[in-house]
Amino acid sequence: MLMEHKEYYLTIADTLLVLGQRLSEWCGHGPAIEEDIALSNVALDYIGQATSLYKEIALKENLGKSEDDYAFLRDAWEYRNALIVEITNGDYAKTIARQFVFSTWYYHFLEALEKSNDTFLQGFAQKSIKEVRYHFQHSRDWILRMGGGTEESHRRLQNALNEMWEFTGELMTNSAHEMEAIAKGIGVDNVALKETFDRIVTAVFQEANVSAPADVWMQKGGKEGKHSEHLGFILAEMQFLQRAYPNSKW
Amino acid sequence: MVEVEADLIWEYLKMVEDPEIPILNVIEMGIVRDLKWDEGNKKWHVVITPTYSGCPAMKAIEEDIIEVLAELQVKNVVVDTVLSPPWTTDWMTDEAREKLRSTGIAPPEKGSADKGLLMGKVKDIACPRCSSTNTIMVSQFGTTACKALYKCGDCLEPFDYFKCI
Repeated sequence: MLMEHKEYYLTIADTLLVLGQRLSEWCGHGPAIEEDIALSNVALDYIGQATSLYKEIALKENLGKSEDDYAFLRDAWEYRNALIVEITNGDYAKTIARQFVFSTWYYHFLEALEKSNDTFLQGFAQKSIKEVRYHFQHSRDWILRMGGGTEESHRRLQNALNEMWEFTGELMTNSAHEMEAIAKGIGVDNVALKETFDRIVTAVFQEANVSAPADVWMQKGGKEGKHSEHLGFILAEMQFLQRAYPNSKW
Repeated sequence: MVEVEADLIWEYLKMVEDPEIPILNVIEMGIVRDLKWDEGNKKWHVVITPTYSGCPAMKAIEEDIIEVLAELQVKNVVVDTVLSPPWTTDWMTDEAREKLRSTGIAPPEKGSADKGLLMGKVKDIACPRCSSTNTIMVSQFGTTACKALYKCGDCLEPFDYFKCI
């Protein structure tokens, strides 16, 4: 059955799954055990949220697929995630900088999604926003700690912002399928979130004594399936088992 | 007859423990939201809701519910998961909170997470051992998705805090 707004669901689900997978790379490698646990918890939340969206797609498509089919049996060009979640983790400053930027956008995205005409997405947003509140607080605390910490932590944080800023813009854009969902009152207008996003990150960066680089050319295309080379590597690792041993079960 | 059986099943469900906090059962946790009899398919539907989206215990809870009920001769059980209305720590009973405290886990404050949290406002959490509120948060994320790690400034013991959601 043809599912309406499937691409819209996939954009959210894929973004969450890929970030969850990325963060999982820190498991066993965190700079302190508390951080190891924190990022693994955040990753679990994202993967759980993505799972509920894939399950809903499976239900609505009614093609006998499960959530695993969407995660493990689609290639990079079929993924609709924003680019920012597939770029490599870098050092802890870069991972945290991405977490902060992502959580700030995602929190306000969910706040708006709570008013969606789609009852499933409404429930999804009400559930997820409670979790994301903690993610936001965690990353915000670290931005302040690193920005006001040692000379090295400050330098690393500023470098991280310089390096990843070009990937932040895509979050506040609307792709063609997002525009369709917005027109039906189902989707969130990401462009309208920019003002709030800018206000929050500017205030926190000011307190941390760092700044976002000005006049950066913003990358985009992930939500249309045009990805960086990094996504292929994540998928290769994540999908290996299902590709090598089709239909194997955990 | 179905109604009598429903009352009984609600009682039986109290025998299903939360796998991560076995001192509490799934009813006390507020995880079981509804119980419905489907006359057409002759099936019981136990409706549950996850505490956290990524809670790894959900699968185990689903299996435990089916297993416990089957042992008590209630067959044809289906477990449905719903996200809405979202689970909140406010659904935990006072009795459940006291049980948590007695095992060394600080129970969640009443009044689920507020917006103040966004800007780093931290509530005073009482140490479950010595009741001192001279406590500090070590990490927002603790031993399970639903807990944060705290330390008491008076008795110096570290403890888990069941965070508000």
